[in-house]
Amino acid sequence: MGNQNFIKSTSIYLGLFGVFLLGIFSERMNLIEDMTVNYRDDIIFLTGDHLYLVAVSSGLAIVVGIPVGIWLSRPRMLRFSENIMQVFNIGTTIPTLAILALSMSFLGIGKTPAIFALWIATLLPIIRNTFVGITAVPKFLIEAATGMGMTPAQILLRVEIPNALYVIFAGIRTALAINVGTVPLAFLIGAGGLGELIFTGIDLDEIGMMLSGAIPVALLAIATDFVVSQLQQWTVPKGVNPNG
Amino acid sequence: MIELENLTKVFETAKGPVMASDRVNMVVPEGEICVLLGPSGCGKTTTMKMVNRLIEPTSGKIFINGKDTDESDVVELRRNIGYVIQQIGLFPNMTVEDNICAVPDLLGWDKGKSRKRAAELVEMMALEPSVFLKRFPKELSGGQQQRIGVARGLAADPPVLLMDEPFGAIDPINREIIQDEFLKMQSAIRKTIMFVSHDIDEAVKMGDKIAIFREGALVQYDVPDMILSHPADKFIADFVGSDRTLKRLRLLTVNDALEFERPSVLVTDELNAASKLMQDRGHANIVVVTKLGKPIGSLRLNDLKGKSGLVGDHRAPLPITIKVKDDLRNAVSSMFRHDTNWLVVVDDNGVFVGNITQRGVTHLLGSAYREVQD
Repeated sequence: MGNQNFIKSTSIYLGLFGVFLLGIFSERMNLIEDMTVNYRDDIIFLTGDHLYLVAVSSGLAIVVGIPVGIWLSRPRMLRFSENIMQVFNIGTTIPTLAILALSMSFLGIGKTPAIFALWIATLLPIIRNTFVGITAVPKFLIEAATGMGMTPAQILLRVEIPNALYVIFAGIRTALAINVGTVPLAFLIGAGGLGELIFTGIDLDEIGMMLSGAIPVALLAIATDFVVSQLQQWTVPKGVNPNG
Repeated sequence: MIELENLTKVFETAKGPVMASDRVNMVVPEGEICVLLGPSGCGKTTTMKMVNRLIEPTSGKIFINGKDTDESDVVELRRNIGYVIQQIGLFPNMTVEDNICAVPDLLGWDKGKSRKRAAELVEMMALEPSVFLKRFPKELSGGQQQRIGVARGLAADPPVLLMDEPFGAIDPINREIIQDEFLKMQSAIRKTIMFVSHDIDEAVKMGDKIAIFREGALVQYDVPDMILSHPADKFIADFVGSDRTLKRLRLLTVNDALEFERPSVLVTDELNAASKLMQDRGHANIVVVTKLGKPIGSLRLNDLKGKSGLVGDHRAPLPITIKVKDDLRNAVSSMFRHDTNWLVVVDDNGVFVGNITQRGVTHLLGSAYREVQD
């Protein structure tokens, strides 16, 4: 115990020291002034843009992905769904930048092709986890539910989905991480977002400008994951949550 | 009452049709436990699952309390049949309370009524409702989960219960305890139960009747003592084991082998009187009792030669007494342990009622075979 306490307090001091160094570095780079004065309006406007892309594309992905995952997990679909999942697995190996480029070549530039590409990239993990989560519910639970007189719809709503919810949420978290990480690239096909500051900053060799985009993107990713993890903690039934 | 009429199930497999249930005819009378017994793959589970139509029969009929199950809606049918499975199958996402109330909720019972029922059932299962109702299955031990599984099967008070190796996943010590609890409960609630097992000891203990299956066919259906004493063929004889006669001991109580004619002497009697009594009756020993009739020792005729005085001064202590209601397996076990061929039997108040002897027990077991030869 004494040893653990020592490690704990040491890491706290090291952390504080790191933050202190970061502060000196930011001040030297003029970053604080860049973010709070020079690019303040840009950051606010582009963050709005950015959030819009995240919200619309991932919202659509969740709304479509979960029902599709459930549909693929139905007994009469199981024969085909393994093959369909294989196709999806290959889909997830395509780099998101390539998806954006392909989307642009069909739909042109602007927000719509960006949202479409983000939607595709986000959809697959959600479908896959919903499918895997539901098919992983033990057969004997389904048998117990059937034997006591539940209809297939009742089994889905009362047994399968609640017990798969943790895995489904894990899929949503992965999907959102991909989504938030890809949105900066959407600037390349004219959809705006914080990518604008990052790429322009790189082009102009303006580190302050670049970081004014990069730091909010990083914070957004962390915040999004935090929000979803809280949602997961509150909605997944206690008896199913391994951390509950 | 459950009646099976020429019940047949043929599974079409890649290797050709497999007869899982072969024209099974049987009746499980109201309020009795019928154990379907046999090696794995004998068709016992298939036969049971056709009762709640988890498996649809190829041909044949099933009647529950006189009603053809084909004529009821399958969901409706299942809600009126309790179902307990080996893997227990408690829903991990629901609390113990919600698990137990699963069927009442499907039937649209009033929440207050079903929750009150859940508390009663948990108590009936020898668990404390205030502790367990709000817990999740993963917070329970295997034995506790199994009790809740049984409670869930009973929640909507169905007349018929199907149990598929319900105590198979529990360690032997807890299994004995849960079996005893269940039998005690069953003596009060009197459900008609079809119970699948592959364990002959469990079948003998739990079953009012035992149905033995082999390759889909029902080969013998009888009370446990008849299955053990008169197995219909070599397959059944092998299945119930070469020690099957010993297993019958569990089905008989001390009362069955009790010899009432045994006299006793009081602690305050004269030794001479005791010797005379034994000589007259031709007994080698006699029990010494207090004024209240409680046995406190014994005398051996051979030890008394040339001695005199009061019985109380010469009595040898009793190593053990046994109760009238105990089963003979315990009685014989006690005899072996204390290296004696007789035991003193007392009633629930500890009052002497008679003796049992090894000879009496062997005679009793043997009588089942003699009767049939006659």
